[in-house]
Amino acid sequence: MAVFEPEAEGIVLDVEETGGDIVGRSPWALAGRRFLRNKLALAALGLFILIVAVSLSAPLYAKHVAKTDPFKSNVTGTVTIDGKTIDVIQEGTGKLGLGETPIGPTWKSQYFIGADGQGRDVAARVLYGGRASLFIGFGSALLACLLALVLALVAGYFAGATDLVISRLMDLIWAFPLYLLAISLATVLLARPTDKPLKIGPVTLTAGSLWIPLVIIGLVYVPYVFRPIRGQVLSLREKEFVEAAVAQGAGSFRLVFREILPNVISTVVVLLPLMIATTILTESALSYLSIGVQAPKASWGTIIEDGQGLLYTRPWVAIAPGIMIVLTVLALNVLGDGLRDALDPRSKVRMK
Amino acid sequence: MVTFLVRRLLGLVAVMFALTVLVFLIFFETPGVDPAVLMAGRHPDPQTIKNIKHEFGLDRSLPVQYGLMMKHLFVTRDLISYGTRTKVIPEIISATPVTLSLVIGAAVIWVVFSIVLGLAAAVLRGTIWDPLLMVLALIGISMPVFWLGEIVNLFTQSRWHGFFLFSWVPPLGYTPLTQDPLKWFEGLVFPWLTLSVLYVGFYARVLRANLIETGSEDYVRTARAKGISERRVLVRHNLRTSMITFVSLFGLDFGILVAGGALLTEVVFALPGVGLLTYNSLTSLDLPVIMATVIYGAFFISLASALVDLLYAWLDPRVRPA
Repeated sequence: MAVFEPEAEGIVLDVEETGGDIVGRSPWALAGRRFLRNKLALAALGLFILIVAVSLSAPLYAKHVAKTDPFKSNVTGTVTIDGKTIDVIQEGTGKLGLGETPIGPTWKSQYFIGADGQGRDVAARVLYGGRASLFIGFGSALLACLLALVLALVAGYFAGATDLVISRLMDLIWAFPLYLLAISLATVLLARPTDKPLKIGPVTLTAGSLWIPLVIIGLVYVPYVFRPIRGQVLSLREKEFVEAAVAQGAGSFRLVFREILPNVISTVVVLLPLMIATTILTESALSYLSIGVQAPKASWGTIIEDGQGLLYTRPWVAIAPGIMIVLTVLALNVLGDGLRDALDPRSKVRMK
Repeated sequence: MVTFLVRRLLGLVAVMFALTVLVFLIFFETPGVDPAVLMAGRHPDPQTIKNIKHEFGLDRSLPVQYGLMMKHLFVTRDLISYGTRTKVIPEIISATPVTLSLVIGAAVIWVVFSIVLGLAAAVLRGTIWDPLLMVLALIGISMPVFWLGEIVNLFTQSRWHGFFLFSWVPPLGYTPLTQDPLKWFEGLVFPWLTLSVLYVGFYARVLRANLIETGSEDYVRTARAKGISERRVLVRHNLRTSMITFVSLFGLDFGILVAGGALLTEVVFALPGVGLLTYNSLTSLDLPVIMATVIYGAFFISLASALVDLLYAWLDPRVRPA
């Protein structure tokens, strides 16, 4: 038997408690109250804010705690631990004593989780990598949502031939394997000499720019947001309140922005954290494949790639950025679920 | 059924045409990009660039350029990687069995486990199985597969390799099935498990939701009323209908994995499949290989999705348009 979560009953009780004085609350205020009652989602939000804050403080960490420049190789450097001076890159500790091994985790302020192959402080790099990963993840998700929203409003409102053209284009991108599409775009945009930046209209992009992976990932995900919103717009334009607005002589502008848009915004709000989770994973994959963020810039994905060669000797180089990705994506997924429960309680049909 | 078949096949041809046009536009017509220089590899000499310009008709009209690209890809199949000086298409074909081995094995594992877990969670509703599945599904969608693969390698290849449970794990790489079936199997166990972890939780949750939904349908109640045993109702009546969503999801995911989605898993475990081929050409920006794997991948996916639709129409006559 399907039972609705008795959220609505809680609101009725609140009204009775105030002694019959019925206070009007906007749907957003109601959603906010529901969200604040969801402890798990609040914890996820807290974790996400913490990760963003820690990543933003990367320069402070590098300067005052790690006391190194995490983008400059430090192959010949030394570090003093407990009064002893140790080389950052040590003679091989492998079975044959060959090669070189960077310093492992010191669990002290400097080289907290060790150095990478070029003697750079991994902890500081992970924080800097977080800035790039979060920037690309957030930016591309926002780009995908905005583009999809505009296209869906146009397609859904004008319907007919406009809808047909836009929807077919979206279907085509949808049919294209996501990684293959991203790989094609990245190959074309990245395979160029660094002294010849790409010029598209007024925008100039150098090969190392974070905007290249951001735009690629953003474009690739447009159809995934477009589909649900277009469906919603199509059904909204048949609703009575839209008909009423038409009868009042409302023009297209008012119909789209005042009547339809406010009703689809909640869907975008729910989708945004889920999209950021997806785009962060995609960014890390592209960077791992060497077609995302380009050196000298670092992201969580590029650090995992750096750590691959050191996996058996210094595993923390690859493990640490991965843990950050998992925590961020988990937090965003739980947050997205919480937002959906708060904004669209009807989807919360629970079976008992 | 015949009209449906014909319409779906026509749709397939249209999608494939559109996909190839899109790839063509991306590789040949991006503003500010010279495809001949891209194709010639990292350090091209002027003569190679001139040859490529001629071969792909880059100084001629767009339809001619498109036609020449398709000719090199599908008719003469003589696309040459300027990085490795080898023909691209035979290389892709010889890498396909590796990718298929990886994806089919992982698919078997994730289908079997998610059906067992989904059934258990649906029958034992409200017990520990529900949060367990939830966690499994969340882990599956939150972990980068290449990172999970590195952790698996760290333990099975290095840290715990001396431990008897993992000492049989062979070094990374691939042994063909025809050469040594046991080595083939041993080398693929952990890649299979790693890849399937991404799907098990999600599929089990989808199945559980469908099982519970169809569990309250009239025909299931009727089956119970007739006195059919609970187990038989579950497997013969309930599970069978619930598998429809599962099957269509599976068809698409399987297609995506074969067409290049298994790329990351292949790279981490050094399996020389189509994905690793793509990866190696990415690091050297070897355009002909990338172009060929992208087009072949796109073709495979549209074919897979058409097959899923046909299977679906065959299973469930309601979706066939009159």
